[in-house]
Amino acid sequence: MSLLKVSNIKKSFGKVEVLKGIDFELERGKALSIIGSSGSGKTTLLRCLNFLETPDEGTMSIDNNVIFDAASHQKLSDAEIRRNRLRFGLVFQSFNLFPQYNVIDNLTLAPKLRLKEENLSKEERKARIEEIEANAWSLLEKVDLVNKAKNYPCELSGGQQQRVAIARALALSPDILCFDEPTSALDPELTGEVLKVICDLKSSNTTMIVVTHEMEFAKNVSDEVIFMADGVIEEMGTPAEIFDSPKSPKTQAFLRKSLEMF
Amino acid sequence: MGFWEVTLKLLQGLEQTCLIFALTLVLALPLGLVISFGSMSKFKPLAYITKIFVWIIRGVPLMLQVIIVFYVPGFLFGTPLFSRFGSVVAAFVINYACYFSEIYRGGIESISKGQYEAGQVLGMTKTQVFFKVILMQVVKRILAPMSNEIITLVKDTALARVIMIVEIIQAAQNFAAYGLMWPLFYTAVFYLIFVGLLSLLFGYFEKKLNYYKA
Repeated sequence: MSLLKVSNIKKSFGKVEVLKGIDFELERGKALSIIGSSGSGKTTLLRCLNFLETPDEGTMSIDNNVIFDAASHQKLSDAEIRRNRLRFGLVFQSFNLFPQYNVIDNLTLAPKLRLKEENLSKEERKARIEEIEANAWSLLEKVDLVNKAKNYPCELSGGQQQRVAIARALALSPDILCFDEPTSALDPELTGEVLKVICDLKSSNTTMIVVTHEMEFAKNVSDEVIFMADGVIEEMGTPAEIFDSPKSPKTQAFLRKSLEMF
Repeated sequence: MGFWEVTLKLLQGLEQTCLIFALTLVLALPLGLVISFGSMSKFKPLAYITKIFVWIIRGVPLMLQVIIVFYVPGFLFGTPLFSRFGSVVAAFVINYACYFSEIYRGGIESISKGQYEAGQVLGMTKTQVFFKVILMQVVKRILAPMSNEIITLVKDTALARVIMIVEIIQAAQNFAAYGLMWPLFYTAVFYLIFVGLLSLLFGYFEKKLNYYKA
């Protein structure tokens, strides 16, 4: 049974229809890559999944629970929307770490703020805070940045910042971790360390959706690939299907152009 | 009239100066934030009204505003709304809040959208995003223009004497009746010390906030 089910997501900005009805499913523990040229709608799709944009039509469900339904979305309270959006984590192209907090505080800020919304006794709260901090340290270990815990983002390289951003997103234990071109803002020699972290997550069965321009990465790491063009899913399949024997002429043209560069 | 006698009188004037300064600052800093929210509101009529208000307040001399607040209610209702001191503080607070609001607005709008979005996807409420993520960064960015404005406020307090508040300049001028001019020039020393201390304070804050770059 699939973890995520997206049906008929549509989104327009003014008169421009950016998403024209997106349907796909994703199983738990799988990594999905979304590829396509600029303006194909892949980033908008990711932003819809993370509730940064509100789709005009369509539904999304996780584990058969509807977390978004365009028809009734307006009726949801802010708290419900926030709870639903936490099913997803998002790693941005430009990291967006909080510059005034050190690395460990970047990881613990949001989980600690969430505690405030629960009615906890003093002891419970203390225990939960310790839990949050222990979790943050273990996540830093995962991205190999324990020695940078007390540094500020401005003291880190782009690759290190992006690894912190990944740990920060994981700190809220999302069901699905999304990446919006996670290596596009990095110097070429720094992409490797970030891709390695994503590969590690893949081997620990984190469910992921990665919008990427790294064709090699999409081909070698993901279980499924979606090729988007003009606001629709032009083709979806395993990396072998998409990269070795693409059916749609648009996919063929895109791949020819992307691979020509190398 | 001796040096110490003059100094004592000027210090009494300085007390008024400090009171106007402190009250204006304490009240105008938060009010300015509220006004900046108004001018950035997505509810367009509110944004327009706020912008027109800021235009009027920034467009009319502060001295005139002090006079208006003190005298106009008297003309309209037959009785003044505020005491002399109250009028000065009211006019100063509104005036400075408008200037501050524009500094806040510039600071808030300079923070990248990504910071808001990062807070949002981490499940924070809009209020949490503003106070935990945005505000500190805004403070760092607006410290220099704010320092400027606050230093201007120190000297603007002299306008209070237009409605006979005996702040330090007026206290010095009172000696002119006895043919003494030097106390007026002597006030500059007090202003310089006041502004000097403020500059040190702002320098300290700047240093404090220098632990990160954004």
